[in-house]
Amino acid sequence: MSEQPIGATPINLLTGFLGSGKTTLLQRLLTDPAMASAAVLINEFGEVGLDHHLLDRIDDNVVLMKSGCICCTVRGEIADALLGLHSQRARGDIPWFDRVVIETTGLADPVPALSTIQSHPVLRSHFSIANVVTTVDAVNGAKQLSDRLEAIRQVGAADVVVITKTDLADETRTSDLRAALTRLNPTARQVVAADAASMDFIASSAALRTEGWDAAARHAAHDHDHHHRHHHADDAADAKIRSFAITVDGPVDWTAFGVWLTMLLNRHGDRIFRVKGILNVAGEDRPVAIHGVQRLVHAPVHMSGWPDADRLSRIVFIVDDLDPARIEASFHVFNRLSEKVLSHRASGCLESAAPR
Amino acid sequence: MCSLCGILGCDDHWTSAIARPGVYTRNIDRLSRRREAADRMKFANAVLSPRRISVSEWQGTSYVLSSPTGRTQIFDSLAHLWPEAEAMAGREFDPLDPIYLEQLKALS
Repeated sequence: MSEQPIGATPINLLTGFLGSGKTTLLQRLLTDPAMASAAVLINEFGEVGLDHHLLDRIDDNVVLMKSGCICCTVRGEIADALLGLHSQRARGDIPWFDRVVIETTGLADPVPALSTIQSHPVLRSHFSIANVVTTVDAVNGAKQLSDRLEAIRQVGAADVVVITKTDLADETRTSDLRAALTRLNPTARQVVAADAASMDFIASSAALRTEGWDAAARHAAHDHDHHHRHHHADDAADAKIRSFAITVDGPVDWTAFGVWLTMLLNRHGDRIFRVKGILNVAGEDRPVAIHGVQRLVHAPVHMSGWPDADRLSRIVFIVDDLDPARIEASFHVFNRLSEKVLSHRASGCLESAAPR
Repeated sequence: MCSLCGILGCDDHWTSAIARPGVYTRNIDRLSRRREAADRMKFANAVLSPRRISVSEWQGTSYVLSSPTGRTQIFDSLAHLWPEAEAMAGREFDPLDPIYLEQLKALS
């Protein structure tokens, strides 16, 4: 199952804090035959771009964007660079590429780049976001996560977290970092850099967005319960940033859910790093997976089936200083309101024609 | 694009994503699309009602917000619904605001 428009070129966004080993990882992965036909966009912060000199594989498909911070000045440049690559490929001016890897600057919040690609009227027809890969340095990662909001946002946006420099850190440090990363983003898969492979980039977005995801939701739900009993004083980025899951017994009204989540993200999107959910949508046999990063929500995935007999809807949130109980209460108010406002659905006269 | 007036409609909001393999959407055929759009407007109007604002679809491509004093605002994408509604109401639509939630509870 894929959510890419037919013929759309997948884009991997590679992010990670300054010095966390993005370029080293990319350099290694580009030698893999599976990544041989990838085009690379590099965004660097500062007057002089350096990272592209570190990449051996410089060719016509490597585009350097050096206007500075990707999160404020380069959105147009990303769009221009991608459109340029697309036209040059179509004209045959550059070698064919079947994938684009965008390496962001270490200070970037990856969301604006994702948002640019998904909302641009031309780009969204030709490119699709495959996943976000975030590198975290085992030596300095914990400190960066406690000091720098950019680092937290990068981890929050990740589908895959690659832990680098584990050979320089002792085991305790690495396992503490892993635990902190799990608390921050239980939905992301963690891999050690030495084990990172091209498959971490190539796996389809739909698979990444649903794979192992149930376990993550259960973990977050457990953690949420745990928070009620204990206070995690040692949380990586302060107890204010945390993940939790809402579980819903009974069907979710899709229309009400859409209105609720858009309203919630409009008002609190800056403080919701991630939302990921598997929903038992009223009138549907198969579950629907939703996946958002801050205000950006990806097209919902219609999954092939439930993983087990459990039909509970679960929505995982990673939030900064928002009260889980309030979010849960708000969800239920909207879902219940749908029973009243959209009561004609329950009459059954329209359900028989419910779309699949 | 509307063949009569030439207005470009390209709303690909996640709540009504363009149908493609693997994507869950009710934006499949004319009937499903219209039914879901009507339901969405009905529900959106319910949650807008505490601030006395209403919304309607226009030509299946855009949306029109109206205030009780007759102000109207046209916008293209559902992504703009809440920022536009907040601008028109002059206050926030916060689903975590207990007072607002009580107003919604009173509707159900």
